[in-house]
Amino acid sequence: MDKTYYEHIDETIYSEKLPNGLQVFLLPKQEMSKTFGIFCTNYGSIDHTFTPIGETEQITVPDGVAHFLEHKLFEKKDRDVFTDFSNQGASANAFTSFTKTAYLFSATNNIEKNVKTLLDFVQDPYFSDESVEKEKGIIAQEIKMYDDQPDWRSFMGTLQTMFKNHPITIDIAGTVDSIHTITKDHLYTCYHTFYHPENMILFIAGNFEPNQMSQLIRDNQTSKTFEPLNELRTQYPKEPEHAYMDEKTIHMPVSIPKCTVGIKESVKPLEKEEFLKKDLLQQMILDHYFSKGGKLYQILYEENLIDNSFFYQTTLEKNFGYSLIGGNTNKPDEFIQRMKELLMSVKDEQLTEADVDRMKKRKIGQMLRSMNSLEYIANNYIHYAIADIDFFQVIPEIESLTREDIQHFIKNWIDEKRLSVCKIMPQ
Amino acid sequence: MHQQKKVEKIDMNGYTLHLIPTKKFKTVHFVAKFKTALQRENITTRALIPYILMQGSKNYPTRPALEKKLDDLYGAVLTSDSSKKGNNHIISIRFNVANEKFTKNNSIFEEAITLFNEMLFYPRTEEKQFSNEIVKRELVTLKQKIESIIDDKLSYANMRLIEEMCSQETYQLPVHGYVEDLEKITAKSAYEYYQKIIKEDDLDIYVVGDIDSEEIEELFATKIHRKSVKRSLNKIEKNVQQEKEEVNEVIEKQDIQQAKLHIGYRTNCTYKDDLYPALQVFNGLFGAFPSSKLFINVREKNSLAYYAASRIESHKGLLFVFSGIAPKDYKAARDIIEHQLKAMQQGDFTEEELEKTKNLIINQLLETLDNPQGIIEMLYQQTVAGTLLPPSQLIERIKNVDKNDCIQIANQIKEDTVYLLTDKGGHLDG
Repeated sequence: MDKTYYEHIDETIYSEKLPNGLQVFLLPKQEMSKTFGIFCTNYGSIDHTFTPIGETEQITVPDGVAHFLEHKLFEKKDRDVFTDFSNQGASANAFTSFTKTAYLFSATNNIEKNVKTLLDFVQDPYFSDESVEKEKGIIAQEIKMYDDQPDWRSFMGTLQTMFKNHPITIDIAGTVDSIHTITKDHLYTCYHTFYHPENMILFIAGNFEPNQMSQLIRDNQTSKTFEPLNELRTQYPKEPEHAYMDEKTIHMPVSIPKCTVGIKESVKPLEKEEFLKKDLLQQMILDHYFSKGGKLYQILYEENLIDNSFFYQTTLEKNFGYSLIGGNTNKPDEFIQRMKELLMSVKDEQLTEADVDRMKKRKIGQMLRSMNSLEYIANNYIHYAIADIDFFQVIPEIESLTREDIQHFIKNWIDEKRLSVCKIMPQ
Repeated sequence: MHQQKKVEKIDMNGYTLHLIPTKKFKTVHFVAKFKTALQRENITTRALIPYILMQGSKNYPTRPALEKKLDDLYGAVLTSDSSKKGNNHIISIRFNVANEKFTKNNSIFEEAITLFNEMLFYPRTEEKQFSNEIVKRELVTLKQKIESIIDDKLSYANMRLIEEMCSQETYQLPVHGYVEDLEKITAKSAYEYYQKIIKEDDLDIYVVGDIDSEEIEELFATKIHRKSVKRSLNKIEKNVQQEKEEVNEVIEKQDIQQAKLHIGYRTNCTYKDDLYPALQVFNGLFGAFPSSKLFINVREKNSLAYYAASRIESHKGLLFVFSGIAPKDYKAARDIIEHQLKAMQQGDFTEEELEKTKNLIINQLLETLDNPQGIIEMLYQQTVAGTLLPPSQLIERIKNVDKNDCIQIANQIKEDTVYLLTDKGGHLDG
């Protein structure tokens, strides 16, 4: 186990890559009551075209398999794993995103037992035709629930205007039709390919003793065998840099129109340093201009184009990146036009040293705040670890950003051809 | 809760200061809570005030000026909201600041408390009233907030259930108020009511973080004074309940795909009652967890819903069941849910399930205490209930709940209103 102490935040991380390939991180925090454990595979809804383990032919699986698999992993031949966790005083959960599938628990006692349960249930799949059929009804309900949510429709709708070929335009849960074509063989194929320890990360944070914990994990993993994994071959289609379409309108029962402007940030893998810099600057620039009281926010607010539902978010992943800015508005077309003008004006902005200092302070404060939560630390640590970045070194990276870095970024940030819009309109 | 230092409750000049030193967090949370009786005549104004206060103060009169100051304080975050607990209306102003320890500025706490004081007591004013422009703008914000509740079907169904269930009680008042009141509110009337809040509401201030209690108390003592407190002995309406002879069924149709079946019950038990810990355990067995009867029976055994859960309201004495179902499954889902309450009343659960559920609840409470807002909300429960039951004692009492207590509380629970939001099809007989 490697032990690293980070003085600037007073935290210690223990890390180890086990012989079977599993990457383990431990963050002991004795002052907390609870322990949070997350077991994550670098596999999400976008990984649908790939060469299965031990084979040579590439296949494409039905939309929604990664998420379906996440649901089904909890069910074993004789029991439901949720019950095991409950019996051990833990609450368990899981999520599937575009790029990751994660299984997690939190508990205040029986920590070692719960960690074992987490490792064992994820590493021991049991899928049957019958249980796969049964799950289809539940997932269909989940899909329909999302279909009724204007925010979700708006989110997916905007991605669909931005990206032409990339699978992030496909709903993570799939469609009611696509999930009906899923079989237990699909689940096993995806499982064996993507749930290999080489492709997975375990992060445990909270109230435990690190040496004992690391021994337990090592013993548990040594007792299991896995097929060798040569190389994971996942295929992603080529994606143009420009937005796929300018605008899309979805009609559904909403009381007020909802507009989102999308910025297509990235379509290809970036080098580590470039990735982190872009990732931080996307966030810092959006905060600077669009947080409440930010220069562009204030203009939109004063012109009555936005209300309290106004939001922005930004994401950078291995082979895609996007920013979304939007909210409810009574004047959707004015909002869109003004938003585009304002975004285009950013490239001419001259930032002062004081601006830069405030941007950096704000980002550092955000990082410290997010570290109040074990879940947030674990999720982000994993997110950055996959990009080969140490999350606990991000604050010094922020401090080292210069005015020139930021000025250079905003000069090239917006290109009208990478902007697109999704409108949700009342029926 | 080991290593938690002593929680202090100090009577200050016109407010109660609660200091909760803990090394769990890297930021410090300041939360002010103004509380008074829930009333029809001021509900909308109270919903508006938190929005106005966030738009600027005496020395930082615009949102951009305020934002600059917050950025200088390492991106401090200032938010506000209104909520109801039982028959109380509460305005919360929350301020979250990086701990000086991790920054290059060692006067953050002092600057933060000075700013917090200003946000509470020295808003931006123009000729002894709020700015016309800001009030006009925030009235629009509030209007859109109220009108868009219908777009979030889950919140909408909750709100409608409460409206129907408590139609003759104060508790039915929606926390964001009414659109019809908005045109009557002016910068002057809002400011007059704000004066009443800062003079007459009960005020509790919480500080959670890695702090030196003496230092923080000293800073509050010098920086935050509440002027001319005239407690109006806020009369909280006694917990009047309109018992219905039979279960009230309300069906509403909209253009939606997934139906929401929400059911309201009277628990006849609130935070200060002896059986409250038993009610928590009952809720754990009934619907709070994935191992509870509702989830197992509605979702797992019958695949009728994506979610099915229950939640208790601790100060009015209500229990809500929420489920998202296919419209055609209404009758089936309702039968199963109603059957689960009967099963609880008949004691159809094992000692083993009881023990497991108690552990889950204790786990959940301890986890809540790992979250700064969680700590504050748990401590505030006691202030609202006017009783002394700190989290550690609540946990002890949950440990002592037995099967009979759960059966007793289950039999105290009465189904009141069934609310169904469904599609425009016509599968109701399904």
